[in-house]
Amino acid sequence: MAKVKTLDDLKRMREGLQSKISLREKSDHPEKIVQIKVSMATCGIASGAKETMTYLIEELDNRAVEAVVTQTGCMGYCHSEPTIEVHVPGTDPVVYGDVDIKKAEEIITKHIIGGELVDGIIPAAYKTPNEHRNEK
Amino acid sequence: MAKYNNHILVCGGTGCRASRGEEIVANLKQAVADNSLEDQIQVVRTGCFGFCEKGPIVKMIPDNTFYVHVTPEDAGEIISEHLVKGRKVNRLLYIDPETSEHISDSRHMEFYKKQIRIALRNCGFINPENIDEYVARDGYAALGKVLSEMTPEEAIKIIKDSGLRGRGGGGFPTGLKWEITNKVKGDVKYVVCNADEGDPGAFMDRSILEGDPHSVLEAMAICGYCIGGSHGLIYIRAEYPLAIQRLKIAIDQARSLGVLGKDIFGTGFSFDVELRYGAGAFVCGEETALIHSMEGLRGEPTVKPPFPSVSGYKGKPTNVNNVETFANIPVIINKGSDWFSSIGTEKSKGTKVFALAGKINNVGLIEVPMGITLREVIFDIGGGIKDGKKFKSVQTGGPSGGCLTEKHLDIPIDYDSLLACGSMMGSGGMIVMDEDDCMVSVAKFYLDFTVEESCGKCAPCRIGNKRLYEILDKITKGNATEEDLGILRNLANVIKDTSLCGLGQTSPNPVLSTMDNFMHEYLAHVKDGKCPAGQCKDLMMYVIDPVACVGCTLCARVCPVDAISGDKKQPHIIDTSICIKCGACMAKCKFNAISIQ
Ligand SMILES: Cc1cc2nc3c(=O)[nH]c(=O)nc-3n(C[C@H](O)[C@H](O)[C@H](O)COP(=O)(O)O)c2cc1C
Ligand code: SF4
Ligand code: SF4
Ligand code: FES
Ligand code: FES
Repeated sequence: MAKVKTLDDLKRMREGLQSKISLREKSDHPEKIVQIKVSMATCGIASGAKETMTYLIEELDNRAVEAVVTQTGCMGYCHSEPTIEVHVPGTDPVVYGDVDIKKAEEIITKHIIGGELVDGIIPAAYKTPNEHRNEK
Repeated sequence: MAKYNNHILVCGGTGCRASRGEEIVANLKQAVADNSLEDQIQVVRTGCFGFCEKGPIVKMIPDNTFYVHVTPEDAGEIISEHLVKGRKVNRLLYIDPETSEHISDSRHMEFYKKQIRIALRNCGFINPENIDEYVARDGYAALGKVLSEMTPEEAIKIIKDSGLRGRGGGGFPTGLKWEITNKVKGDVKYVVCNADEGDPGAFMDRSILEGDPHSVLEAMAICGYCIGGSHGLIYIRAEYPLAIQRLKIAIDQARSLGVLGKDIFGTGFSFDVELRYGAGAFVCGEETALIHSMEGLRGEPTVKPPFPSVSGYKGKPTNVNNVETFANIPVIINKGSDWFSSIGTEKSKGTKVFALAGKINNVGLIEVPMGITLREVIFDIGGGIKDGKKFKSVQTGGPSGGCLTEKHLDIPIDYDSLLACGSMMGSGGMIVMDEDDCMVSVAKFYLDFTVEESCGKCAPCRIGNKRLYEILDKITKGNATEEDLGILRNLANVIKDTSLCGLGQTSPNPVLSTMDNFMHEYLAHVKDGKCPAGQCKDLMMYVIDPVACVGCTLCARVCPVDAISGDKKQPHIIDTSICIKCGACMAKCKFNAISIQ
């Protein structure tokens, strides 16, 4: 282990290490940051949900958007998988269908950063079924 | 560095490890590997989450799903269901005792809602064996800041202004103690961390040392700089092997990183920490006895003054603080005294960690803001009394504290209000009792402990406590008179006034507080020969109601001493001179014909 010799050394070290635990810190107060749920049931995975999820995580990180991306069970829209639910703090959650990487890029740029809705919304599906069953 | 999308936090505290926690970690890692998810999922062993009774605990990040009572066999399902398919494993979720609903997110549980975690901020959050995770949580930043940017006096002022008081029981202002030790002249000075934790049932300090050892090391170094000392000693009981192991790892890592050792942060300041082991005597938690024990002498207290700050270890100025006191220090430096003093009451700032135990639904380790009421702790966080029974009393302060009642439930918890009603904050034990607990027996339990633990140096404590115990024993056996109650109270007061150290000065508190608050129970034992709670065996009689008894003979057949006689289909009788009061007959009778009188 290299020794820290000054306070600045420590600060640099901390910056490099922050990502180790930032996921845990974010999930301590998820209501304050962007939350995205990716439907990862069999139908979702088959139609590329994994790739979409990985892309979302990496791209949000690249653009320094504070977000948590989690997987959830089937949302019931098997015909338009991959489906994702986007919840920007202070607004209602929105569900998008057929989210490939191109669509994901558009959602990040326009919806999450720009604050305007994008085509492909599945209406009136504000809660994922999984959430309903488990939460109080 | 791999960028994980999911962290699985597995409790590595003493409680959860005892229930095969290590196997859970191993199986989870195996299941992650089986699904080729090593570069996406990180399995982390953390410190205690506080909810040990529901352990082993596994927490899923980022969705905060909190799995309870996890077994190693559940690992595969957690990975394949939760992480691969995105479905929660319902059978492992916590069930709210009041609403019977599943709650998956720990932030929504009553147990956690009213907690504020300062001293426990990293417990159940970071891997205590990895200094990187501590640094990522601002670790050693406070030490760096103090050494590089402040004079000792400036740093002491922050601690003074924060209002932090000692968490080891006495409640002495920490900043003031540092200032006193700073002003005493001395070529060598010591920083001592008191990790003796002798209260029966307490495990606050153990959890901090197991879950976040670096916070204590960092604070000790800050203290060293402030008082002008470069030697740190941690006095820890040998029966805390896991805490000792984690401390050793932490000290090694801190030395490698250069935050302990010579010329820290290039400021010329040097500080290092050593461990000293105690044999677990309660009196060795008293600071003068602790110092003698470290010097290789008998663990006996000596008269104060001189206080350790003036003449302590090897006769040098020594600053003694408790583990939890230290754990607060780095946060106070980082966030400022105003932030800290905005939490709590006028004279008690910040939070306190309690080990909540007894007849309560949610048993565990909690950290709450000072000023919260006993009612909130017992009924909201603690989830109320077990099995729908009635609340009777709550004991705070361990063997030095007292038993409070219903009428104290709404007082704010702080040093001064607890003292004012005859108990004390103590180090953080909190035991809840219900209608089945006999308060005379409770007092007897604590006196039994003090008699065992008294070092014997001074007569009031050595002999007096023994007499107190004997009178209490007489009461529970139904042999005491009202005169004995008078003697009990007088003697208790004499011991309080004349004992040498804090042990004897506080040991009568459980007796006095139960006499003040539950005199009717004492009188019932003495005058009526009855134990209202039905606890004192010598005052109980098992009797069979001849009307309800159908003569099934079941009771007579289970009685181990053949105390029950009677013909078939005829009412049975218990011979009380033979009966050993085991209760087996009462449990067996299907007609509720047997009762205690
Ligand atoms: C009988 C007795 C037992 C004690 N046990 C402990 C203990 O286990 N841990 C502790 O920190 N302080 C204990 N104390 C208090 C210490 O003497 C001392 O006040 C404390 O360690 C100072 O640290 P603080 O100011 O940070 O609380 C005990 C005191 C007495 C009289
Ligand atoms: S009060 Fe008790 S423990 Fe303290 S010195 Fe006297 S005998 Fe020893
Ligand atoms: S309490 Fe035990 S010993 Fe007494 S009569 Fe019943 S079974 Fe026998
Ligand atoms: S030891 Fe696991 S929650 Fe306390
Ligand atoms: S023998 Fe008396 S009720 Fe069973």
